[in-house]
Amino acid sequence: MAMHSDHSHDFTQTGEIPKAQTKAIWRTFMILVGLTALEFVFAFFMEASTLRNSIFIVLTIFKAFYIVAEFMHLKHETKALIWAILIPMALVIWLMVALISEGSYYFDSVTNYFK
Amino acid sequence: MSTSTTLEAPNSGTWDGGNEPLKASYGKLMMWFFLLSDAFTFGSFLIVYGLSRHKHLPYTGEADAFTFSTQWWPIPEKVFNAFPGFHGVDLPLAFVALMTMILILSSVTMVLSVEAGHRMDKEAVQKWLLWTILFGSIFLGCQAWEWSHFITGTEEGMLLADGTRVFGANLTINQYGPPLFADLFFFITGFHGTHVLSGVVLLIMIFINTVNGVYQKRGHYEMVEKVGLYWHFVDLVWVFVFTFFYLI
Repeated sequence: MAMHSDHSHDFTQTGEIPKAQTKAIWRTFMILVGLTALEFVFAFFMEASTLRNSIFIVLTIFKAFYIVAEFMHLKHETKALIWAILIPMALVIWLMVALISEGSYYFDSVTNYFK
Repeated sequence: MSTSTTLEAPNSGTWDGGNEPLKASYGKLMMWFFLLSDAFTFGSFLIVYGLSRHKHLPYTGEADAFTFSTQWWPIPEKVFNAFPGFHGVDLPLAFVALMTMILILSSVTMVLSVEAGHRMDKEAVQKWLLWTILFGSIFLGCQAWEWSHFITGTEEGMLLADGTRVFGANLTINQYGPPLFADLFFFITGFHGTHVLSGVVLLIMIFINTVNGVYQKRGHYEMVEKVGLYWHFVDLVWVFVFTFFYLI
C-alpha cells in the first residue's frame, strides 16, 4: 500500500528525456535478417553437402555473435566477464564435435561390423 | 548495538564488498551465469541430436524421391513444409522462417525497451515491452500450431512393412522417420518453448511494474535489462535450434 500512497510526489524526470539512439540496434537487426535470408538462399539453391552444412554453421556463429555482442551487450563488458562466458562455451563445442564423431563411429560399427 | 548501524552502511573497501571486478551488478552477473548453465542444457540437447543423427543412416537418394521411413533420418525440409491456410501445398521451411523472423523482431523490440530504460523514458519502455510480449505470444502460438501439425501428421502418413500406415508422431511412433527424431523434436522445441513461455511471463511482470512506476521510483531500469538478457538468450537458442534441427 505504501507504494501506491505517494502518487502526488512520484519520481519524475527533471528536464528533457534524451533522444533515442537506435541506429546501431536497427543495423544489428538488418544484419540478422540478412544472415537468415542468406541461410534460406543456401537451403533452397544448394544441394545438401558437408560444405553447405559448414556454411550454415558459420552463418549461425555470425548470428550468435551479433546477438550476444550487441543485443546482450557482452562486447561492452569487462574482459574477465567475456572470457568467463566464452571459455565454458568453447568446451561445450568441443564436446559436441567429439560426440558427433562418436555417433559416426557407432553407426559405422553397427552397420559394417557384421559384413 | 553498533553492529546494526554498520550493516546498514554499504561496504566500500576493496576487500569487504566494495569492489566490482566484473563491473556488472550482482543481478546481471547471476543472470549471465544462469544463462551459461542454461546454454549447457540446450547444448546437451543439441549434442544428443547430433550424436543420434550420426548413428542413423542418412538419406542418400534423390531429394525428390524422398519418402518417410524409419530406415533413415528424415530431411527436415520434407517434414516441416506446411503453412497454416495452405493445406497440401509444399512450402518447405516457410513457417519456421516466419517464426524465426518474429523472434528476431521481438529481440529488437526488447533491446529498444532496454535502451529506453537507460534514458528513463517510461512511455517508450512500456511501448516496446508490449511489442515484445506480443511477438513472444505470436511465436508461442506458431509453435502450438507447429506441434499440433507434427502430432497429427500428413494425409499420406508412412507405409509400414506390414501394409499399415501410421500418421503423425508421438514419443513411440513417428511417421517422419526413426522415433528418436520425434522425441528430439518434442524435447528440444518443447524446452525452448517453455523458455519462451517463462520469458513472456517475466515480461508481463516487468511490464506491470513499469506501468506502476516501480522502476521509475527506483531510479533505474536494471530489471528490464536482466529480463532482456534472458529474452535475447531465448532468441539465441532458437538460432541454434533452427540451424541444427531445420536446416542441416
